Amino acid sequence: MADKILKELTIRVWRQKDAKSKGKLESYKINNISGGTSFLEMLDILNEELIEKGTEPIAFDHDCREGICGMCSLFIDGRAHGPDDDITTCQLHMRKFEEGATITIEPWRAGAFPVIKDLIVDRMAFEKVLQSGGYISVNTGGVPDGNAIPISYDDAEEAMDAAACIGCGACVATCKNSSAMLFVSAKVSHLAKLPQGRVEATRRAKNMVAKMDELGFGNCTNTGACEVECPKGISIANIARLNREFLCATIKE
Amino acid sequence: MTILNSKIPTGPLTEKWSKHKAAIKVVSPANKRKLDIIVVGTGLAGGSAAASLAEMGYNVKAFCYQDSGRRAHSIAAQGGINAAKNYQNDNDSVFRLFYDTIKGGDYRSREGNVYRLAEVSGEIIDQCVAQGVPFAREYGGTLSNRSFGGVLVSRTFYARGQTGQQLLLGCYASMNRMIGQGKIEMHERNEMLDIVTVDGKARGIITRNLITGEIERHGAHAVVIASGGYGNVFFLSTNAMGCNGGAAWQAYKNGAYFGNPCFVQIHPTCIPVHGEQQSKLTLMSESLRNDGRVWTPKKKEDAIKLQKAQMSPNDIADEDRDFYLERRYPSYGNLVPRDVASRAAKERCDEGFGVNETGKAVYLDFKYSIERLGRDVIEARYGNLFQMYEKITDTNPYNVPMQIYPAIHYSMGGVWVDYNLMTNIPGLYAIGEANFSDHGGNRLGASALMQGLADGYFVLPYTIGDYLADEIQTPRVDMNHPEFVKKEKAATTRMERLFNIKGTKSVDSFHRRLGNIMWDHVGMARNEKGLKFAIEEIAKIRKDFYKDLRIPGEFNSMNIELEKAGRVEDFLELGDLMARDALNRNESCGGHYREESTTDEGEAKRDDENFTYVSAWEYQGEGKDPILHKEDLVFETVELTQRSYK
Repeated sequence: MADKILKELTIRVWRQKDAKSKGKLESYKINNISGGTSFLEMLDILNEELIEKGTEPIAFDHDCREGICGMCSLFIDGRAHGPDDDITTCQLHMRKFEEGATITIEPWRAGAFPVIKDLIVDRMAFEKVLQSGGYISVNTGGVPDGNAIPISYDDAEEAMDAAACIGCGACVATCKNSSAMLFVSAKVSHLAKLPQGRVEATRRAKNMVAKMDELGFGNCTNTGACEVECPKGISIANIARLNREFLCATIKE
Repeated sequence: MTILNSKIPTGPLTEKWSKHKAAIKVVSPANKRKLDIIVVGTGLAGGSAAASLAEMGYNVKAFCYQDSGRRAHSIAAQGGINAAKNYQNDNDSVFRLFYDTIKGGDYRSREGNVYRLAEVSGEIIDQCVAQGVPFAREYGGTLSNRSFGGVLVSRTFYARGQTGQQLLLGCYASMNRMIGQGKIEMHERNEMLDIVTVDGKARGIITRNLITGEIERHGAHAVVIASGGYGNVFFLSTNAMGCNGGAAWQAYKNGAYFGNPCFVQIHPTCIPVHGEQQSKLTLMSESLRNDGRVWTPKKKEDAIKLQKAQMSPNDIADEDRDFYLERRYPSYGNLVPRDVASRAAKERCDEGFGVNETGKAVYLDFKYSIERLGRDVIEARYGNLFQMYEKITDTNPYNVPMQIYPAIHYSMGGVWVDYNLMTNIPGLYAIGEANFSDHGGNRLGASALMQGLADGYFVLPYTIGDYLADEIQTPRVDMNHPEFVKKEKAATTRMERLFNIKGTKSVDSFHRRLGNIMWDHVGMARNEKGLKFAIEEIAKIRKDFYKDLRIPGEFNSMNIELEKAGRVEDFLELGDLMARDALNRNESCGGHYREESTTDEGEAKRDDENFTYVSAWEYQGEGKDPILHKEDLVFETVELTQRSYK
């Protein structure tokens, strides 16, 4: 089926030279975009035109363009990853937009994610939380046979549901408190559901929550907005599990 | 001509690795603390190596161009990872995995390396389970398996359609633990620009900080290249946008040999190209061929109607469908290896049976398995892939067959390494997709994850000790050593040269031109005339590139066009070497299909008498032809036969 052609679009996009400079929204026109073109391909085309004019192209994060690496971000028309459900920005296609539309593109906005340039933000805070406990402490080698640890089908599936998080930061960008609870709870739940992960569950929950608080993420007030915008459908039930794990850890102490 | 020493241990195949391990040197814990190792790339190979080496006690410095190590493109691998566990009691074994891989690679890989790969495959699964990788399970709690192309057993372990992601998060978690303990120094948003050798040994790298634009020096006792493959030479590929051959290419330009550059894999099941505005292709996992049947219409008039969107594939009766893989290869059917499936799709489309508006697509149909197993089962197996397909194409694959077409996916070729995974430069290693060693002319599905993790968890951590044991007295290298100063200056000059061209055309415009030439002449079918033409055309594009490239923005800050320019500069040189290698190898084998060398039935025909060797190319300097060295492949166990999947 032939895709529709969008004859003219107006792109309002956040331009910011670097972390220290002040940014602002700039407007650009773009023409003849096929509905089958992805949103990021549309930005590629716009960038080609900017380069032709000698203007610096718009910097944005992206890599796999298959919705799995979690590198792409973008707040599009007020929604993390744009106007479609269960996808990342790189999977968004232009058929979701109407002829003549004005599309506003901003970076993730959160205190813990400072802007580096234009639409690119620094998400190192996520990595630091993971470094504080998002792992099972096993060295390479000397582990038991894979089938020596039976895991029920349901537990494996639930662990996988949580492990599907791509760490893009949409939850933080969407949350009015810039809370990272969905991200942290997904990792804690993934490991808490597995017998291998139970061994250091207490330490993990405590350390990761402490690190999250230290890095300036906000508190969770259960609005559930994170779950709605999560491209991978990570459930807020994970937050309940994190709270339980954290409470258990505190009591044990 | 130099004789390349692959250092394959002597003795029976099954004892080579254990004999070798017993013979190589080991570094004591106290000495490991004094030794630094640089790892470039944090995918499955680099990530697993960095974590393992740090756990052993070495000081590791890891580098990636992404904003986090966990975003490396291994993450996009969907279908699974092979291991010879024989959990399904289907008579699988180390030998069978070895044999399938050698045969799948069309007898252009080393027996010793491949056997070792099969040997350690089981341990990889154990390691990943221990890390908390949520592999699919049976109701009884044991691990589940599926089947993949080119094999007759079920040995593929998987985590839905996100196996690469889960394996990478597993080794990244291990890295994180070591970063937290200060044993890994992690450098994100950093790109390697050069390798520094001192007294003939690899002692460091030069990088560009992608945020500040600063050129930096980093020293170590050994350097490991784990930067993945070079599929993006073709502009359109299933590789991530940032995937590049840069680190491997700099190894080559510093004297490391480049092995089999013409061996690239074309994956049969990708979403077809939709038009001129495209910049990336999306893969649909090979695992889909477990339950999907590939077909085109039998009648040309149906194909023409489909191309004009005048009929739906569902209107075509079963007897008017040509299940051409089942027809041509009855014993493997839809699960023939990738190279075979890709060529068969091209053959149908070239004959005019393609099914979309460009005539470059075939169907992958789930109707039959939905009838047999129910929609729920198919959704549980492939739900995320179906969702991805629908988001991209706006059609629902539960109701209408998927359209697929081959696309560039993986590079079997790469930096030449010996059995220890060391290049011919002492102290410089290459692992994972970045090296050439294990897949020959064609890689089997679910084997890239296996090889990356085998190299990083269980091979390199041992073999690197053999080299480093002699380096324990070597002090840390001085960052003001003339070699570092010289290489930093060269890297800066190189970037300045690109930045100062001040022409009129974008990096992408040159990349696209290169990609078109590569796909048309160094792609799925190659011939002498086309390859010679490609070499000439690439030279023209290079000339234009240095004359007319435009990079806006500032030099000493984040500059995305400058990053891309460096990568495309490498691709232009790589494309030339690939064409030269393809021209030299006048035989068809695996993914390399020379039209001059085919059987009467149109299958690839090897020429074992003249080409049973690894091409290892040596750089001679700008403007000079590279020198070809040949490493003869010796087969002690396997008998070379014409590959058949009929």
